[in-house]
Parts: sequence; C-alpha cells; structure tokens
Amino acid sequence: MPRRVAIISTGQTKHRAKRRDVNVRELITEAVTRALEEADIRMKDIDAVVIGNMEPFEGFLFPELWAVEGWGGYLKPSVKFNTGGTVGTTTAIAAYYYVASGIYDVVLAIGFEKQSEGHTQTAITTVGDPIWERAIMAGAVGNFAVMASTYIHDSGVTEEQAAKVAVKARRNACNNEYAHLQMPDITVEDVLKSRMLAYPVKLLDMCPQSDGACAVVFAEESRAKQLAPRPAWIKAVATAHEQQYMGDSPKRLAAMRSQVAASRRAYAYAGITNPRKELDVAEIYEVASFAELAMYENLGFCERGEGGKLIDAGVTEMTGELPVNPSGGVLSTNPIGATALIRVAEAALQVMGKAGKRQIDGVRTALATGYGGNAWTDVMILSRDL
Amino acid sequence: MTKKDDETQRVQYLLDIEYHYAAGELATRFFTELKEAGRIMGMRCSGCHRVYLPPRPVCGICYKELKDWVPLSDEGIIVGCTVVHLPFIDPMTGEQRPVPYGFAIIRLDGASTSIYHFVDETDEKKLRVGQRVKAVFREPRTGSLHHDIKYFRLVGK
Ligand SMILES: [Zn+2]
Repeated sequence: MPRRVAIISTGQTKHRAKRRDVNVRELITEAVTRALEEADIRMKDIDAVVIGNMEPFEGFLFPELWAVEGWGGYLKPSVKFNTGGTVGTTTAIAAYYYVASGIYDVVLAIGFEKQSEGHTQTAITTVGDPIWERAIMAGAVGNFAVMASTYIHDSGVTEEQAAKVAVKARRNACNNEYAHLQMPDITVEDVLKSRMLAYPVKLLDMCPQSDGACAVVFAEESRAKQLAPRPAWIKAVATAHEQQYMGDSPKRLAAMRSQVAASRRAYAYAGITNPRKELDVAEIYEVASFAELAMYENLGFCERGEGGKLIDAGVTEMTGELPVNPSGGVLSTNPIGATALIRVAEAALQVMGKAGKRQIDGVRTALATGYGGNAWTDVMILSRDL
Repeated sequence: MTKKDDETQRVQYLLDIEYHYAAGELATRFFTELKEAGRIMGMRCSGCHRVYLPPRPVCGICYKELKDWVPLSDEGIIVGCTVVHLPFIDPMTGEQRPVPYGFAIIRLDGASTSIYHFVDETDEKKLRVGQRVKAVFREPRTGSLHHDIKYFRLVGK
C-alpha cells in the first residue's frame, strides 16, 4: 500500500510574457521561496527535489544545474523531468511517488519556463520525427487547428462556443494575481474577430507564451498534518501515453485515447463514478479553446458531442455546477514547464481553501490534468478528506 | 546588450546546429520503394491486422511484430484539415514558409493510421473532413515523403 500523501503548500511567480527583471535562477527562487514560506519550512526540511522544464525552449542543457542556487538542490537527492507539456504533472506525480513509496517524507516539485528567451514555436517542431513529420509541422497552432476540425466535424461545436471558453478563461484570470493574461472586458465578439492563425483557430483561441515558475511541497501523512491546517490529500494519480506518430490516433483531440484512459483509471482509484457531480472543481490543461470543449467530453464531464452545450449552459463557469479553470487556465498563463504543475497547485489551493478571489465555495474534490507531447495525459485527483 | 529600467542586462546568441538523423531500416525500404516505383507502402500487424504508415517494427497496441508490407493507395480521405495563416519558419530549411497554405491529416485507402501533409487548397470553405484527396508527385523523386509527394489535391478538382 502506498503511504498517504498531501500537498501542504504551493508557490507561484507573477507570470508574464517577459520576466526580464529576473534570470531563470531568480525566477525559480521566487516560486520556491513562496512555497516554503507558505508551509513555514526551510530548505533543510526538504528531503528531495524534483524539477522540470522544456530545455529546447531556452536552449540550455542541464537547466537544473543553473538552478541549484534557486532550488536548494546542493547535495540533495534530485531528478529532472522533461516530458513536454505534461512535465509539470509528471514532476508532481514523481514527487507523489517519492513520498508514497516511503523513501522521502517531504518533497519539493518545481516547474519553470522562460519562453521569452528562445523561440518556442520553432523548438516545438522538434516534437515531429524529422523524416515523417517535421517538414509539415506548423508549431502548436497548425496542429491544434487540424485536430479542432476533426472535433468540430464530430461534435458540431461552433466557433462561438469555443470563444466562450476563451472569454471565461481571461475573465477568471482577473481573480488570479499570478495570471499572465487578464482581460476583464473581453467578449465573444473579440475572440471571433481576433486574427486568424490557422482556421478555425484565432489568436484569442490560443494560449499565450509566458515566463514563470511554480513550486509545490508534498508530504507524508504525519508531516502533512503537522505542517498544514488543511492539506490537499492525493486520492489518485494516473498517466497514459499515446503511440509514436501524430497520425496514429484516429482522433487525437476529439476522442483523446490517453485522456479517456488516464481519467477513467484515476476515477476508479478515487471511487468516482460521476465526475461532473463528484468533482467540485477542475484545473485542466486546455491549451486552446476548442480543446477545452473536447476535454469535457474526454474527461466524462458530459456525453460525446455535448461539450459545446456544457459551456452554453454555464456548467463550467465560476458559478456553475463544475467550474473549470477558475485560475484562468492555460489560455491565460502558459510557462510550459510550469503549466501543468500550476494546474496541480491551483487544484490544491481550491481544496485547501486558499484560492483567494478565485476560490470556489466548499471544494472537497478537485481534478488536475496535464496534456502534452503527442497527446499524452497526466491526471491527479485531490481531496479535503484523508 | 540592451537594458530598460525594469530589466536586467541581456545577451543575444545564435545556435546553428546541423543534424544528421538515421532513418533506419524500415524507413529506408519505404523511401526506396517511393523513389524507385512511386509506391506508398504500409506494414500490417500480424496480431490486430492494423495497417501502419509510417512503418515500424512492432504494433504499439497489441505488441505483435509487423512483417508484411502492403501497397497503399495514393488516394485517401481528409481526417482533419486547416488553412495556416500564421507566418511560420519551415523547420527543415529555417526559411519562412509562404502563407496561407492547406494542411491536413490524411488517411490513405488501405491504411489504418494517418499522415500529415499539404493540401492544394487555401480556401477554408472548400476544405472539409471526409473529402477525398489524391497525391500529386514531384519529379524527379528523391525518397522523401514531403518532397516526392508535393501535396494532395482534392479529388474532382
Ligand atoms: Zn497490432
């Protein structure tokens, strides 16, 4: 049996398009310091560190080495992860494994990215196999557009329904002091009229590129009870990977096999049979407006083809039955190596009752997801109950 | 080096790295077939009978070996499509690719999986999922998926 594990504190930087006031080490330090202060612990209380980012974006090898000062890794057990978009959830899940295994009691997970320092859209094309896929790669945008077209074809979802997701995210972000894009006055019309990037995906349908870092502290049961008044207990984790090539999955977004598999595995482990009723809030890695609607279906929040209706009915708004991304989500903040860890941190804040102006009342159970690479999925379920 | 009031000093540098990637045995056989005979070949799984393109040694789903090569059609259907308007650097050349261009996920007749390729259509109203397309070859062929097949054209166009 794994040991019981909880998140006891989180720390984030102010995320922005360009954090030119700091270097990578200083950026990480900002997030780590907040996480340690939140739990009122020191670096000596941390038994091990897991850290992750996307090295090709900044263009340096061993970023964890640069970051030694920032995360206190000197002579501590540590490991770095790079799993693409999922890196933040991979890091969180690894921290969970470390503590659940009984090897370490308190583990610090860190994710970071300074996208402003390199060229993300070019670096991201290296996801594609140089012989079979690279020549056709059009960064994240073209890729999402072709997947969105399949989803639109299957579900009949409209550009207006997708635009509602984009509006929800940027308005929710106004309640989040760390969020990058805060747009209180954004309208559906603004999204529909924004610049066409790759039909049907427009500028405001896509996530931004951000600089930022996130740190989350995981602890075993007795330490968690001692250090946090209301820890966020981890009820389930699951990861699922796709096949190698982009065209291998018949519907990479519309019916994402990894997302269906990982979420069902996690729900079964956590004893959840009706996610829409039993989850109180979800922080999902949505990347593009259309993707969030498809993910409602993949994650079982509604039936196939009902994603558009869910946003129309306001179910996933702050005041709805199952609020999705009160933080503003990836559509508002996307420092890639930190993005999925921010989902975990935000879900934990909701469970701990520490989400400030973006707090949903009475959260007991929260879902966090990571998405990346070739349609890979990570899932974590957090609960107020041990 | 540049610096504004609220910024720290920055340094600009350029990395220009040339890579040489090994295609492997199966891809080499595929591209030889494509170059010399103009044929697109897939591989059939001995367990689940899925026909894979690109070829690979093992089926990721049932974990059985792939041994049989099967010829695929140069025609297929659009599974997903878009017209890209965002100016974008061609990852193979470092040059900006002219926009707009048609881009699609295509499943060739006889294949279970799909490939990504260009489509000779930049009007998004004329591109839709389910449409039939046919490969347009470029001569002379060199043994490259995105060179030898110049693009796909809509059938009936
Ligand atoms: Zn098989």
